[in-house]
Amino acid sequence: MPVFLEARQLVTPGDLIAEGEYSAGENTFIENGKIYAARVGIVEYEAKRVNVVALKAFYVPRVGDIVIGTITEVGFNGWTVDINSPYVALLRASDVLSRPFKPQKDDLPQVLDAGDLVVAKIFSYDRTHDPQLTVAEPGLGKITRGQIVKITPTKIPRVIGRKGSMISMIKQETGCNIILGLNGVVLITGKTLEDEQLAMRAILKIEQESHTSGLTDRITQMLREEKTKREENKE
Amino acid sequence: MNDKPEKLIDKKGLRLDGRKSDELRPVKLEVGVISNADGSAYIEQGKNKILAAVYGPREVHPKHLALQDRTVLKCRYHMAPFSVQERKSPAPSRREIELSKVIRESLEPAVFTEYYPRTMVDVFIEVLQADGGTRCASITAAALALADSGIPMRDLVVACAAGKVENTIVLDLMDTEDKVGSADVPVALMPNLNAVTLLQMDGILSREEFETAVNMALEGCKKIYAIQKEALKTKYMNISEEIKEEAEE
Repeated sequence: MPVFLEARQLVTPGDLIAEGEYSAGENTFIENGKIYAARVGIVEYEAKRVNVVALKAFYVPRVGDIVIGTITEVGFNGWTVDINSPYVALLRASDVLSRPFKPQKDDLPQVLDAGDLVVAKIFSYDRTHDPQLTVAEPGLGKITRGQIVKITPTKIPRVIGRKGSMISMIKQETGCNIILGLNGVVLITGKTLEDEQLAMRAILKIEQESHTSGLTDRITQMLREEKTKREENKE
Repeated sequence: MNDKPEKLIDKKGLRLDGRKSDELRPVKLEVGVISNADGSAYIEQGKNKILAAVYGPREVHPKHLALQDRTVLKCRYHMAPFSVQERKSPAPSRREIELSKVIRESLEPAVFTEYYPRTMVDVFIEVLQADGGTRCASITAAALALADSGIPMRDLVVACAAGKVENTIVLDLMDTEDKVGSADVPVALMPNLNAVTLLQMDGILSREEFETAVNMALEGCKKIYAIQKEALKTKYMNISEEIKEEAEE
């Protein structure tokens, strides 16, 4: 038998998953033609590819990803941004100002200061250089209002759901706008604080129970129950 | 308590705490006990009580220690002042510095250090109560904490010691046996890849005795590995079970 485990089984690092014609996907590795798990996670087979969906991991930058970061330091011609990853990101002043940066004229802390949050895109990154961010696109830039939730980055796909089913459901039920940073930081902006908190709770619940089935239904149920409770309290 | 006992093994072949020669002390493992850390684990092996916490991968400070092609793994083994009978100075002793290195070297082969260059992983091991074989228990807990933190690993690492007490080879020595006995052989193993990452010997053994001791320690490792794996899975299994119960209600 080339496969040693059923789909959706929990594995720990070093567990033998498959052998032979399968290829090693995410969070797996090959040793002597055998495929082993590299992280704690759930096995998933995708045609002839074996993946382990990690239950906990950190964010590794990829060019083109949308992330939400915190400004940690104002430098001479840009900012350093904490993007919840092993590497700190750089954001250049000329990129934010969308014109050449003049040190004698522009005051950087007035544009963005330490502690500010930004939605940004990874502009460049490789093994030898720290990631560089850009905000020169519609929808990117400084965050002025809303709530922030942090979850394990690998669980972002679960929050999105199949073809966006989960995220669109939460948006619809709570009436909030949600931006998912692929680094595991989520921005929720709604009409009221209560709406935002409800969406926050839903996302945290998804993180907790990401490896179980029938999650979308349970989240819908939870949101509706909370909403009726709130209506009752108002009366 | 520090008195030397007359006999370490009685007529029936039982040891001071009533164990047989090839019997482990009871092992209890728990994962995810420190919420501030990225990964953590707690081990109780007999009277040993040890905490392990993992932070990272994160930026290297000071920066010049960073390696361009791989992660720096840092290990700190530390014994609490109250972990032993006589107060231990909290400053790192020669022994603790050595054990930190030994533990680091036994964990490093299991970690994919080349995946995240220019970063650092910190492993903190705090011995709360010591009763012999802390280095082995520390390795077992630290490997679990590493796996819990989500760092990609080739395999878990599990460690166990065997030694010689009154001319008998015994498994998993406790403090008195370690001090009065004549030899101690700690072994760390990556069970799935079947690779030994630590092998030390303190004392004198013949070639045959050494082989018996190593094989006995390896068997002990495999037994602990089963518990270790279970502990890692339990953290997530509990949540799935809770949901199942809710659904049934």
